[in-house]
Amino acid sequence: MSIKTRKLTYSLAINEAFHQMMSLDESVILIGQGVKSPWYVGNTAQGLIKRFGEQRVIDTPVSENSMTGAAVGAALAGMRAVVVHPRMDFMLYAFDPIINEAANWFYMSGGKAPVPVVFWGVINRGGEQAAQHSQALHAIFSHAPGLKVVMPATPYDAKGLMVAAIKDDNPVVFIDDRWLYDTEGDVPEELYSVPIGKGAIRKEGKDVSLIASSFMVGESLKAASELEKHGIDAEVLDLRTVKPLDVEMILKSVEKTGRAVIVDSGWKTCGLAAEVSAIIAENDIRILKSPIRRITLPDIPGPAARSLENKYYVKCPVIVDAVRKLVVAHV
Amino acid sequence: MNCSREQLIGLYTKMVRIRLCEESFIEPILSKEIRCPVHLCTGQEAVAVGICSALEHDDYIFGNHRSHGHYLAKGGRMRDLVAEVYCRESGCSRGRGGSMHLIDPSVGMMGTAPIVAGTIPLAMGAALAAKIRNDGRVAVSFFGDGATGEGVLCESLNFAALKKLPIVFVCENNFYSTHLPIDEIRVSQKIFELGIPFGELSHRIDGNDVVEVHRAARKAVDLCRKGKGPVFLECLTYRMHGHVGPDDNIQGAHTDIRPLKEIEKWRKKDPIKKLEKHILKNKVASRKELMEIHAQAELEVLDAHSFALNSSFPREEELSLYVYKN
Repeated sequence: MSIKTRKLTYSLAINEAFHQMMSLDESVILIGQGVKSPWYVGNTAQGLIKRFGEQRVIDTPVSENSMTGAAVGAALAGMRAVVVHPRMDFMLYAFDPIINEAANWFYMSGGKAPVPVVFWGVINRGGEQAAQHSQALHAIFSHAPGLKVVMPATPYDAKGLMVAAIKDDNPVVFIDDRWLYDTEGDVPEELYSVPIGKGAIRKEGKDVSLIASSFMVGESLKAASELEKHGIDAEVLDLRTVKPLDVEMILKSVEKTGRAVIVDSGWKTCGLAAEVSAIIAENDIRILKSPIRRITLPDIPGPAARSLENKYYVKCPVIVDAVRKLVVAHV
Repeated sequence: MNCSREQLIGLYTKMVRIRLCEESFIEPILSKEIRCPVHLCTGQEAVAVGICSALEHDDYIFGNHRSHGHYLAKGGRMRDLVAEVYCRESGCSRGRGGSMHLIDPSVGMMGTAPIVAGTIPLAMGAALAAKIRNDGRVAVSFFGDGATGEGVLCESLNFAALKKLPIVFVCENNFYSTHLPIDEIRVSQKIFELGIPFGELSHRIDGNDVVEVHRAARKAVDLCRKGKGPVFLECLTYRMHGHVGPDDNIQGAHTDIRPLKEIEKWRKKDPIKKLEKHILKNKVASRKELMEIHAQAELEVLDAHSFALNSSFPREEELSLYVYKN
């Protein structure tokens, strides 16, 4: 079977997921602030209102708690609801419907009431936007049982994971990064889904495992090419789903390379990198040739000034430097 | 009163079932056979029954921590309720929810939660789903006066009115937010006025008069079905027991909250006695017939407890079931 594939940007891949899922299934709705406006959601929602109407594509007041709760209630009543938070910082207003209600509901109903809802949060870093417009909060949501959390790094996965999230009968937190929106990649025209809970090896290598997600996958791949020049053959893992983690893929890679460097766009303490480190250490710490390294944001709020942002956000050279030091020190 | 004989007897029977069921929990709570927190609704039966009797089987209700009455009034089986309060596998939530998480979509009880106001937007979402599908269903959100302190109520009142959603917001004002009397938590005592700035039809009614509640509910539900929702109903009522468990929170006792005189005053306004008086005065039914209703309810309660006590607890090996749906 020939699969029609063409280049598409990350944001338009998300848009295509909505077009295809909403036309396939009448119960799919999109609700949230700014779905009418590219100012909020870029081109991810373009053409949806025209095609599916304002009944199913609902722009809302700034009422995150209530609007997220409405998505949960609609899901309980048989819809497949996606609620968008164009800046995930505002999603903190919606902790109650996300964690108290949606995450717990299937369990506390004894398996009688599933909640097929997608909580879509967009990370908007940089641009001197400071601490409340730039947070990457995936670790917080990953902490709660009952939620799944996905973070696509490529246009292919952006579409496939959004489709999978909408089709899933459980609440799924879909987190993307605005820095990825213009990234182009191969995206099949047909409807497909990327399995939740499965990671991908983006580059094979034998000396060190770079374990990343979302925007940090690209930075890790750049770092891997740079490292090659220094004779270090890095393997790059894209987690794709951060809850539940693809433990098998992580352990297999680290067993092969003996070194693990986890690259995350969140904070260090109790973060995703800490969780991945613990999984590796708990498995068999003796297979490690060197200590585990976490490359994360420091435990500091996001700054405004570009001079500080430059130091704050993790980019390729920081990864290269950390890996080189690690490998040289523990040959 | 323009209820038929059958309707009046129906309302009476439902209230008696709830009352006897609620009172039957006191002994097993005191003996610690029941351990999960239980918030009794004795005294508030008319709200649950008056509202739910105006709903169809397919309509949605969402409740709170004090929702035994809502569940039974919506058609929940007493066995399923009592077994859940005992946290047994045979309970409506398979012993994973307890008294505060009564979830039974088969009768339209979409769920209850003790996070005060937490289910208000959920009910609104169910109403949104009904509106999108145009299936004629109505959603009811039951919450207490304490929930009026949560911002999500105002967010939801606004959005529901903006989209003309088929939802009835039912505030059961029992004058206490856990331990605090209402004048210590609100400047205005007129809770129903909360709906007015959003252009909602908002009424205050006697929540201990089941006929009045039922009449208001029928009107509200009818408006919602015609696309003229939402409606806000404030029902004035009183819980005869304290906030949680059988402790009545009487002043001078350990919890030291409510004046005995106030409790006595409300005892005289008991919703079941009120309807009973009306039924006997208008010869709708004889005292003997009412006694028979009580006797039947008593039997149902005994049966539900024996069902629960003969049911097993969820098995340890099944702790991790139902975290995710496969």
